Amino acid sequence: MYKILVKEDLGPVNKLMVIEAPEVARKAKAGQFVIVRIHEEGERIPLTIADYDCQAGTITLIFQEVGKTTIHLGTLKEGDELISFVGPLGLPSQIENYGTVVCVGGGVGIAPIFPIARALREAGNHLISIIGARQKELLFWEDKMRSVSDELIVCTDDGSYGRKALVTQPLKELLETRNDIGRIWAIGPAIMMKFTALTTQPFGVHTEVSLNSIMVDGTGMCGACRVEVGGKTRFVCVDGPEFDGHQVDWDLLLARQRTYLEEEKLAREKFEHECRALAGGK
Amino acid sequence: MAQQPKTAKKPATARPPRQPMPTQEAHVRARNFNEVALGFSLETAMLEASRCLKCKKPKCVLGCPVEVDIPKFVSALADGDLRAAAVALKADNNLPAICGRVCPQETQCEIQCVLGKKFEPVAIGRLERFVADWERTEGGLEMPKVQPPSGKRVAVIGAGPAGLTCAGDLARFGHQVTIFEALHAPGGVLIYGIPEFRLPKDIVHAEVDYVKSLGAEMRLNTVIGKLYTIDELLGEEGFDAVFLGTGAGLPRFMNIPGENHIGVYSANEFLTRVNLMKGYLFPEYDTPVQIGAKVAVVGAGNVAMDASRCSLRLGADEVHIVYRRSRKEVPARAEEVHHAEEEGIIFNFLTNPVEIYGDEKSRVRGMRVIRMELGEPDASGRRRPVPIPGSEYDIEVDTVVMALGTSPNPLVFYDAGGLERTRWGTVVADEQTGRTTKDRVWAGGDLVTGTATVISAMGAGKRAAADINLFLRGMKIPVEEKVAVAQA
Repeated sequence: MYKILVKEDLGPVNKLMVIEAPEVARKAKAGQFVIVRIHEEGERIPLTIADYDCQAGTITLIFQEVGKTTIHLGTLKEGDELISFVGPLGLPSQIENYGTVVCVGGGVGIAPIFPIARALREAGNHLISIIGARQKELLFWEDKMRSVSDELIVCTDDGSYGRKALVTQPLKELLETRNDIGRIWAIGPAIMMKFTALTTQPFGVHTEVSLNSIMVDGTGMCGACRVEVGGKTRFVCVDGPEFDGHQVDWDLLLARQRTYLEEEKLAREKFEHECRALAGGK
Repeated sequence: MAQQPKTAKKPATARPPRQPMPTQEAHVRARNFNEVALGFSLETAMLEASRCLKCKKPKCVLGCPVEVDIPKFVSALADGDLRAAAVALKADNNLPAICGRVCPQETQCEIQCVLGKKFEPVAIGRLERFVADWERTEGGLEMPKVQPPSGKRVAVIGAGPAGLTCAGDLARFGHQVTIFEALHAPGGVLIYGIPEFRLPKDIVHAEVDYVKSLGAEMRLNTVIGKLYTIDELLGEEGFDAVFLGTGAGLPRFMNIPGENHIGVYSANEFLTRVNLMKGYLFPEYDTPVQIGAKVAVVGAGNVAMDASRCSLRLGADEVHIVYRRSRKEVPARAEEVHHAEEEGIIFNFLTNPVEIYGDEKSRVRGMRVIRMELGEPDASGRRRPVPIPGSEYDIEVDTVVMALGTSPNPLVFYDAGGLERTRWGTVVADEQTGRTTKDRVWAGGDLVTGTATVISAMGAGKRAAADINLFLRGMKIPVEEKVAVAQA
């Protein structure tokens, strides 16, 4: 079940996988995610849906190798199978014709932004997209984003490709020079979403962010993913993953994301040690 | 036809006492996840079974939510006929190894036991466990009669006690059953909630395998309300009936300041990390669970007992139960409270949290609590706890587990028009039949009653299966006649 049909390297740490999951593909909508498990002792991790194809019955995932499970996932090959693939989870993005919209994808956040951008364009919006990463090697899907956007701005923090800027700079310029932006979507690392929301707040444009808290079940039964939005506790897995970026308690989210830093380090080191031992034994 | 009670002519001093259950020593078991209760030997089991008076009008059966023929299995056991005991037990109970461990027999069958009026009741639960364990490990499972295929299909949503029982009975009635489970492992609370030391997971796996062997299909990793909706199951997916046994999996929080600090868990999250994801075996298993040195578990139900006892086993130095009412009102099973106290858990009654403090990294460093006193009874009949003004004080803790109870998870209700719910989120369903207000949809277990017991969920699953069977076979018996049939 859940066979890996295609596997691609998108750079040094980002990987793409196309998974055979016809039932999930049939129901998937932009903004949703899946929970994945790759072996019996494995943890359950949320991964955003980067694309879905109802005809082919596939879901595309893009992930960054940051910890044991994503590193392990990155070692799987075409033909291997995931043992759990739960979805589609979360509430879909609120796609409407807002007039003109801006979609901002930071780093691996470009992946979930893509289907949202496409859906917004299909709903009749004039779409301006901004994609950015720390450096050229971490960018991906520029062509795909260009194909669904009316305007595309590409930037890198270090200037190795496109404009040398953080994504918030071109975004601020757009807000300063236009007053017709109906809604903004911003997805990327929490710190990027925080500063994007802070950037747009003075302009009063609603900014949807997709929160990436720690999860266990992903179906609302445990509360591991809880965040505070507008002073109220919300579960990212069932009330989100998208929320009004101006209402999110970013510091709490960032703190809670750091809950298991020590355990994550231990697990990663243990896995890397085991991989070296296996490789050395050959 | 009526037998004389076996021990009627023996003098009272010759009557054997209720046999104690051998258990791991408290200070040893508080640091391991092995099963606490070790089980009877055959000799002890037969001796305990021989205490049964074989009453002409057995009261014990009336106390059992699934109406196990207790006198029948107990007397077979007393005669040493373990096979006959197992057959008698399995006739009504698909999951006896589980019930024998987690049922509150003391408030169900054993409280009705006639012997218990003057002496200690027959240890029915322990005998049930013995017979079930024997069958599973030595005797070999005997397949019950399964009726020929009816051609009808039923979707059972939730592979917990209600769903597994309903599915097992429906499969025996000859219907094609598909069980949809959201998690990656079946069992519901049996697998994520109740810890290994109370209910070993290989027993849950074996009981699930039994239900599958009757012909039920298991589809894991499937969230109804997301992947399929109830209307789709009844429509294009072609099911003739749906049983909802999704339980009460939504955690409750107090909504006090500081409740989102790192180190505050819902009991669901804590127990899921420990039991389902085996966090106590990290890093062999990938999911971690963090426990500090001083833990406060808020609540005093069975879940709170489980959470506090798991905390000890994870290495906490000191574990506290913080409960707003008094010892008399504690809802947990007496046996669980007793085991918890033996293991060294400290009970703080008439105490309620007010605020949780965090450090600069948002990690729990303490909790403010307030003393309570009991006022007038509330809607549940229990005396309402009222805070004593000015009695606040701070306690030093680094982990807090909220075990306040749960309510139904609403995901399943998406696109299930016509399914009436109460204001607490539970599904409205007939107590006898499990029928809901939605055509061809039945429901039972915690989803209907709110948090209750494994066995009452099983009873609801049984009653619903019986009614679904009548419906699928085109038969409709009025409720009064059905009750008469059951008693015959």
